[in-house]
Amino acid sequence: MSGVWVVLEERGGRIGRISWEAVAAGQQLASQLNMKANVLLIGSQTEAFAAEAATKGLAKVVRIEHPLLALYTADGFSLALEQFCRSENPDYVVFPHTYQVRDYAPALAARLNRVLISDVTAISEGPAFTRQLMQGRLSGSYRPSGTGPCFLSVQSGAFRAETAEEGNAEVAKFTPEIAPEQIRTKPSEPFRGSAQTVDLGSAQFIVAVGRGIKEADNLSIVQDLATALGAELAASRPICDNGWLPLERQVGSSGQTVAPKVYLAVGISGAIQHLVGIKGSQCIVAINKDPEAPIFEVADYGIVGDLFEVVPALTDALKSAKQ
Amino acid sequence: MKIVVAIKQVPERDAQVRIDASGKWIEESDLQFAMNESDAYALEEALQLKEKHGGEVVVISAGPERTGSTIREALAKGADRGIHVDCGDLGQRDALGVARLLAAALKPESPDLVLTGLQSDDLGYGQTGVIIAELLDLPHASLVLHVEKTDAGLTVKRELEEGWFQNIELATPAVLAIQSGGNKLRYATLMGIKKAKTKEVRRVTAAELGVDGAPAAVLERITLPQKQKSTQILPGTAKESAAALVEKLKFEVRVI
Repeated sequence: MSGVWVVLEERGGRIGRISWEAVAAGQQLASQLNMKANVLLIGSQTEAFAAEAATKGLAKVVRIEHPLLALYTADGFSLALEQFCRSENPDYVVFPHTYQVRDYAPALAARLNRVLISDVTAISEGPAFTRQLMQGRLSGSYRPSGTGPCFLSVQSGAFRAETAEEGNAEVAKFTPEIAPEQIRTKPSEPFRGSAQTVDLGSAQFIVAVGRGIKEADNLSIVQDLATALGAELAASRPICDNGWLPLERQVGSSGQTVAPKVYLAVGISGAIQHLVGIKGSQCIVAINKDPEAPIFEVADYGIVGDLFEVVPALTDALKSAKQ
Repeated sequence: MKIVVAIKQVPERDAQVRIDASGKWIEESDLQFAMNESDAYALEEALQLKEKHGGEVVVISAGPERTGSTIREALAKGADRGIHVDCGDLGQRDALGVARLLAAALKPESPDLVLTGLQSDDLGYGQTGVIIAELLDLPHASLVLHVEKTDAGLTVKRELEEGWFQNIELATPAVLAIQSGGNKLRYATLMGIKKAKTKEVRRVTAAELGVDGAPAAVLERITLPQKQKSTQILPGTAKESAAALVEKLKFEVRVI
C-alpha cells in the first residue's frame, strides 16, 4: 500500500481545525499525483475520531492504537509511526504543523533516513513544497530527493479545511509493538499558565507592539494610541519574552488568536508565528520603518515610517476625530 | 554537568536579505551576522545550570569562517570552550544533514546534556535538537522553558499551545530544544570578552567527520513571497499619513 497519509491530532477531546487543513492539503497532493488520501489516528481510544474522519472523502482511516499511546510522548508516537511506515510504505506523510508534531516528526523522519519538510504553506506541481525563509522575508521551494516516504507538515491557515470532501472511508486498525521501557520520558498532565484575565480573542480593536519599540520605557506611546482608539494592548512574542508586557497579551501561535475589526501592528515585522494569530482580523494596519517587512504582505493599510513619529501623530489625529 | 550547546550564526534581524544570482541562496557579502535568538536562550540556560551545579559548557556551531565570531561571543558570555564545524555549504544541507554534522562532532564529548535553540531565524526548520537526540539515541524534549536538575535526571517545563504547559521527567544524558523567553539573557562583560580570546576553539571539517552530504530535501529555488493582500500604503509625513489613516478607518473601514 502506498499513497498519501495524513496524521490527525487530537487536542482537548476533538480533532482540531489544523488537522482538517492538513487533510485538505493531503487531498490536494493526492489528486495532483493521482493517489489516494488516507488518514492516521494515534492514541489509545480513537474510535469516535475515526468515525468522524471516515466522512471526509478519504480512502482509508487507520487507527494506530496502543495503551502506551494514551498520553503523548515523542518516543511512543515515533515508534508507532515508524512501524506503520515500515509496514505500509507510504509515499507521503502529511502532518499539521503543531507543537506536538514539531516534537516528534523530525525524529521519526531521521529514523527512516528522511527529513521533515516543515511548515509548508503551498504545494505546487512536481510536487514542490513552499515554505518561508528568513522570518517570512523570502520563500523557498523544496523538492524531496532520494527514496522513502516524504514527510511534510503544513502551516496553520495555509489550506482551507472547508474544502475537505465528503465520503465514506474504510476504517482499519494497526497495533504497534511498544514496550514501556522504550518510552524514556515521563509526561505529566498539561496545566494552564497564570489565570488569563485579558481576553484578546473578543476584542474589537487591538493595538499590538513589537520589537520596533526598542525599550520598555517607550511602551507608553503605544498605550496612549490604544487608549485613543479604545483598543486592547497586545504584543508579539519578543516583547513578552523580555517581560515588558505580561504573557497574556501575546498574540500568535504561542499566544492568543485574535479576530478584531482593526488590528494595528506597531513595529512588528510579521514573522509567521505572529501572523497565524491575526489572520481572522477584518482590517490589518501596519506601521513599520522597513517597507519589506512581511507584515505588509497581509496588511490592508500601511504606513512606512518611524513609529516614534507616526504613533503620537496618529494618537492626536484619533483624538481630534473622536471629539 | 557537562553541557554542549549548539548555536547557529544567522543574518542579523532586520537585515535586508537579497536572493543571490543562483536563485538558490541569499547574497551574503553585505550582510551582518548574529547569534540565533533561541540559541542565545539555550546558551543562557546552560550557563545558569553550570552556575548552580558546576561543570563545563561547550558551544558547537557549524558554518563557514565567519561563524568563529559567534562562537567567540558565546565564550565571552561564559562558555568554556568551542567547537567549530567548518562547513561552507550549510544552506544546501537539510536539517538531517546539519544534525548529522553536529551529532558526529559532539558525540566524543559524551555530554550529560545537549541544548539547542528551538528554531533558527533564517531557515527556520526547527528540527536540529530533536534529530540530534535521535542520532545519538538519547531522550529529548522540545519547547523547553525551564530546566530543573533532579536526583533521577531532569524535570523540564515545556510550552504547549494556547497558554498550556507541561512538565516532563527524563534521564540524562538528554537533548533539550530551548524556547525563547525562559530566562533573561546576559550580556558579555569586558572581562568576559578579554578571557574569550584565550579560550580553546577546536576546528573540525565536515570531511573529517565523514558525514554524507546528500540531502533528503533540496532547496531548489528562493523567491520573494507572494503578497496576500494589496496594501494601501499611506504616504507623506507622519502627520499626513496618520490623518490619511484616520480617514480610511472612518470612511472605508467605517469603524470610528
